[in-house]
Amino acid sequence: MKIINVLNTKAPKSNLQKNGTHNLGIRNSKWLSFPYILWMAGFIIIPLIVIVYYGMTTNDKRITIDNIASILNPINLRALRLALELSLISTIICLVLAYPLAIILRKSKMKNNSFIVMIIILPMWMNFLLRTIAWQNILERTGVINVFLKLLNLPSLNIINTPGAIVLGMVYNFLPFMVLPIYNVLIKIDKDVINAARDLGANGMQTFMKIILPLSLPGVISGITMVFVPSLTTFVISNILGGSKIVLIGNVIEQQFRVGNWHTGSGLSLVLMIFILISMAILSKYDKEGEGSGLW
Amino acid sequence: MTDNKLINLVNITKSYNDNIVLDELNLYIRENEFLTLLGPSGCGKTTTLRIIGGFESPDHGQVIFEGRDITKMAPNERQLNTVFQKYALFNHLTIAENIAFGLKIKKKSKAYIDDKIKYALKLVNLEGFENRMPDSLSGGQQQRIAIARAIVNEPKVLLLDEPLGALDLKLRQDMQYELIRLKNELGITFVYVTHDQEEALTMSDTIVVMNQGYIQQIGTPEDIYNEPQNAFVADFIGESNILPSIMVEDKLVNILGTNFACVDTGFGHNKPVDVVIRPEDIDLVKPEDGIITGVVTSLLFKGVHYEMEVNAHGYDWLVHSTDLVPVGSEVGIFVDPFDIQIMNKPESEDEEAVELEL
Amino acid sequence: MVKRFFERFYIGLILVFLYAPIIILIVLSFNSSKSRSKWGGFTLHWYKELFKNQSIMNALYTTLIIAFLSALIATIIGTAAAIAINSMKKTPRTIMIAITNIPMLNADIVTGISLMLLFVALRYTLGFTSVLISHITFNIPYVILSVMPKLKQLNPHTYEAALDLGASPVYAFFRVILPDIFPGVFTGFFLAFTMSLDDFVITHFTKGPSINTLSTKIYTEVRKGIKPEIYALSTLMFITVLLLLIIINRRSADKKEPVRRL
Repeated sequence: MKIINVLNTKAPKSNLQKNGTHNLGIRNSKWLSFPYILWMAGFIIIPLIVIVYYGMTTNDKRITIDNIASILNPINLRALRLALELSLISTIICLVLAYPLAIILRKSKMKNNSFIVMIIILPMWMNFLLRTIAWQNILERTGVINVFLKLLNLPSLNIINTPGAIVLGMVYNFLPFMVLPIYNVLIKIDKDVINAARDLGANGMQTFMKIILPLSLPGVISGITMVFVPSLTTFVISNILGGSKIVLIGNVIEQQFRVGNWHTGSGLSLVLMIFILISMAILSKYDKEGEGSGLW
Repeated sequence: MTDNKLINLVNITKSYNDNIVLDELNLYIRENEFLTLLGPSGCGKTTTLRIIGGFESPDHGQVIFEGRDITKMAPNERQLNTVFQKYALFNHLTIAENIAFGLKIKKKSKAYIDDKIKYALKLVNLEGFENRMPDSLSGGQQQRIAIARAIVNEPKVLLLDEPLGALDLKLRQDMQYELIRLKNELGITFVYVTHDQEEALTMSDTIVVMNQGYIQQIGTPEDIYNEPQNAFVADFIGESNILPSIMVEDKLVNILGTNFACVDTGFGHNKPVDVVIRPEDIDLVKPEDGIITGVVTSLLFKGVHYEMEVNAHGYDWLVHSTDLVPVGSEVGIFVDPFDIQIMNKPESEDEEAVELEL
Repeated sequence: MVKRFFERFYIGLILVFLYAPIIILIVLSFNSSKSRSKWGGFTLHWYKELFKNQSIMNALYTTLIIAFLSALIATIIGTAAAIAINSMKKTPRTIMIAITNIPMLNADIVTGISLMLLFVALRYTLGFTSVLISHITFNIPYVILSVMPKLKQLNPHTYEAALDLGASPVYAFFRVILPDIFPGVFTGFFLAFTMSLDDFVITHFTKGPSINTLSTKIYTEVRKGIKPEIYALSTLMFITVLLLLIIINRRSADKKEPVRRL
């Protein structure tokens, strides 16, 4: 009950929207969604059914649970556990870095919302692989950081090809997806709601804990989902920054497909999807208004 | 009413990016007073209120509360509470939690808080709403919760920022009575901001008319209505005929070429002034009984009265009367000397501009 | 004052974190040494080489054409869908939004694999079209999510007013609704273009052996060493977009010059 109302504060609603519809007066506008419905059915729903089919059958079309059970193979299990650990750590780091940033950006009263979004998505115009590769340059034994440390006569750091480097890569790549939803929720909080808390005697900390934090929760939840899922399932970041010894569940799946083991690969993907579904369920619980507005 | 100055604003100046919102404003608010800051949008009334509440700090000047300078004090440390324009309820908390917010911060006992919630909800006629969520309430109900949330903290002063602005006409009128009743029951000071002159006249003990960062006039509703000090006030409060005239001598004014008896003195001899005559103070009489004569040019039925325009001496006089006079009739205009209000002409360019803008 | 300084400092640190790799790549594009880890002096050599390298130019061409087409088609389908979703009743609307969220929240690897399996199951040869279809699929949600908020802000009666004044529905749409939601449509297109350009995982699974985008080409070179021409190319692309965005931002900033209130 309370959660629903957290969400209802997200956007200032006009009376027109109160009943959940916002008809522009375009009659029979429904047909406009037909191409989209067909497209999503064909390329989202059916492919998911296909992957379930592959995951539950063998090469000769017999039904089996072996593909899914292969997650219990110690190597796969270790890859899954490591992926869970690293993605959890990077999600927490992203949250810790992003929340203060979002608060500062909100305070900066930059009217130009799009400017902030721009600054944050601009790096995407440098290819994601290249940006990750550039981290090799920064982290490796003769890299930027170590050259710098040497100048200061400090011992060199060995970060590359460690789980730490992978976490760094995850945080680097997915931080924007934590900042934007939190920022988007924060700027929608009415300044007078915060003033009201102050007016009623709350100090800065109390205002934050009792008002700002609860009201920003939907954004935080979206952010967590948007960082956790891609971190959990990545194979590129671990490949580039983790060397060949560190294997995450994403690497295992990619490998299975590379060697043509499609059924096993699909089975393992289904295991991953369980985690993704859990995240999505949590998110949708917090996004009752169903606008997905927390995402961007 | 005592002359105890509860709040004293001294030389308050505030500007946003070169735009001066308040210029050397001086104002005091007495204990137990219902004081209304009235003016058009952008006149500085809300800024004044927010400076008292502590949400804005003035560029210069002081806010004195019970003899102490609180200019730099944070809002949470001030002994006053605000009812915000759009209520600013906490939508993630229940009504009871909203009302309890300030009390919990002050670490009051649970029994005390429960008691207060009951009392406050009763006061605003919303008993039984404890567990509802704010957005399941209507605008008028939210408004009352916002008031309840503020008053449980027993502030010495309640600041209200256009609290009825978002309500429809009927509800607004009901709430005016509610507010007066609340004010009387609580016995605290209300500082009320509005642009609605009727609201101000109905509820206030004192009205402060503001425009463009300056106080135009301070007085009781009767003073403000009957004796506006300048054309801005006359025009902003109610409808009026503002006529450029010459003050011939004490108690005699020449309006549009005809001498009228009046009661004002001390304006000098043959000095240009503005005269205000309220439409309901003009009596339409037989042509031979009038001070001047004119012709009725328009007639509108307004419910309580008829609104007519009478063209006389080149000016369209606005007249309110319960008697119908058909369009085209020749009538005499008679004004009681007591109903002629003389005002000095605006002196500065600024004040001139005010008049033109309206 | 101190607090303000810390806030600035913090933003600065985050920006350094986000942009450090980009600066490294720009520096590398001027590095005359072929090795990534050695500085061999300043050169513009790779910029000249770039335009002679047929395989890179081919990958660039494929990347841009896929990004453009997929963004364009996604914008058309997505905008239409957003208008329809916006006027739906609560329940169908929630379902539609949930489906829209799937490709955004689902892991790229799962989306990529599932699409690949679909194409294979249909015996459709992986290549340009399969990549294009996949990109349109993950781009549509970005368009919908950009357009929806603009539709919300729209006064629902303006369209009716246009019809009332005798406009045909099509005319009213193009003259009344579209101009109002255009910033959202444009943002959607821009986001879709960017996402398509930056995608690797989904392309990796759906491209087949016959074509390469810049992403997949870079991935094949990760082990054996990236060709410096690629750094030069990304630098050029990055700078182009940067300049473009600065110009757009200036323009809109000029327009937003506040009207003086009286």
